[in-house]
Amino acid sequence: MARFLDAYAAPKKDIPRRAYLTVSTLVGVALLAVWCALSYGELVRSDFLPTPGAVVGAAADGLGDGSLLVNTWVSVSEILSGFIIASILAVPLGILMGSFKIVEAAIEPVTNFVRYLPVSALIPLLILWVGIDIEEKITVIFIGTFFQQLILIADVSRSVPKDLLDVSYTLGATRRTVVGRVLIPATMPGVMDTLRITLGWAWTYLVVAELVAANKGLGYFILNSMRGLYTERIFLGIMVIGLLGLLTDQAFKFLRNRLLPWAVAT
Amino acid sequence: MRDAPTLAPAKLRIADVALRFTPRRGPTVTALERISLDVRDKEFSVIVGPSGCGKTSLLRLVAGLIEPSEGAIWLDERRVTGPGRDRGMVFQSYTLFPWLTVQQNVEFGLKVAGTPPTQRREIARRFIAQVGLDGFEGHYPKQLSGGMMQRVALARALANDPAVLLMDEPFGALDSQTRSLMQELLLDIWQHFSKTVLFITHDIDESILLGDRVYVMTARPGRIKEMIEIDLPRPRSVDVLTSEAFMTIKRRIMRLIHEEAVRSFAAPDG
Repeated sequence: MARFLDAYAAPKKDIPRRAYLTVSTLVGVALLAVWCALSYGELVRSDFLPTPGAVVGAAADGLGDGSLLVNTWVSVSEILSGFIIASILAVPLGILMGSFKIVEAAIEPVTNFVRYLPVSALIPLLILWVGIDIEEKITVIFIGTFFQQLILIADVSRSVPKDLLDVSYTLGATRRTVVGRVLIPATMPGVMDTLRITLGWAWTYLVVAELVAANKGLGYFILNSMRGLYTERIFLGIMVIGLLGLLTDQAFKFLRNRLLPWAVAT
Repeated sequence: MRDAPTLAPAKLRIADVALRFTPRRGPTVTALERISLDVRDKEFSVIVGPSGCGKTSLLRLVAGLIEPSEGAIWLDERRVTGPGRDRGMVFQSYTLFPWLTVQQNVEFGLKVAGTPPTQRREIARRFIAQVGLDGFEGHYPKQLSGGMMQRVALARALANDPAVLLMDEPFGALDSQTRSLMQELLLDIWQHFSKTVLFITHDIDESILLGDRVYVMTARPGRIKEMIEIDLPRPRSVDVLTSEAFMTIKRRIMRLIHEEAVRSFAAPDG
């Protein structure tokens, strides 16, 4: 027992990969087992907790009539539009904000105010200003990610060591060269990490974005299923969002290792 | 103590330099006061002093990264007004560009100066070989040890063929074995390229081993307390550290530094 504790219960100690995978699988299986027991055992009402079989059935139906793919596609395009527009603006602005005091003075106070506003509280204004079409959804995602990205990327830029810039000057670099060839490349790993994290957050705004006047999308699908108490479809919607989030996260991880092989892994 | 004026102009002249700054709260701080020293061509000068004496600030002034509040610095009789490639610097912290390979790091200065690719490749390769890193040209900094990174930083500074090499405790973060090897490597390189070097350290042994002259600084405000000529024969190796002559100089410098350490300990805000 003591040997077991030494091997597996010491803080920060590595355990064999095999043991790691075994534990992960066991927990996954256990959760599934609890779900099966509760639903198939009829311990919980089926409109509270659908059976796994019912969720698979809902997925099959959705795939069969194409509605699942359409809803997914609508949501993905909303998320990507909002996220890409936010990133294109936040990356350069954040880098400048973290390294140029004058830019920081101009935008940091405003950003710090806006980023604590709950996006859902802004929805009435957004309807008034941008309407209820896809622009409203994209704007919600944009607001949800842009200000967070700005603050995080400014921090990345701020933490680029000053010595790295100074050594460039002593090597003969001009200010323009230092910004273009030193400051910007130095922020890239941090920028990639920020994009990865905030894309995850963008997914969490999806349902908020589709609260209003949506007739397609995964958020709409979930909300609409609630009205008819189609719990298995609610489960399906949530799971698809979770899977897509996981997928985009892994894609970013892969891209980071591919594009920035020189960076220390996270 | 000032040395008598020499006929040959100094390679690097620091003339009555003072550095003051005013924090947002509190009175003006004098970091350096009336510093004057001449570094002759091909000379290895070392500045040694207790921590917080402003020796790093002095080096940054020479590099042109900060401006003196009073006085001026002259290199080859031209006044220093900003950073430039004629003053290569090696920092204590690791300052290699992580996204560039060893080869690309060493080529950086040449590249921004517009040296043609084939030429800069060849120059870089020569300096990489000089610091003993043949075969590591394609490595990224994250694949190198601390000592190797500082060797690349040295090669990178040398590749620009600077008039003076400024070194700010470059071996301070290394373990003592690596440090000894680096000191010997630096001595070799200095002799081979006949460079003028201004070297900062708080390590007394290092200052005596490397320097032609050692300047001892006072605690804040930093001033030059004394200049000591190191007449130990060259070429030197780490064996010199145990010689009688070395010990005599070391005792003297230790006494000087100790006085300063006590003084700053007793009056932390000087």
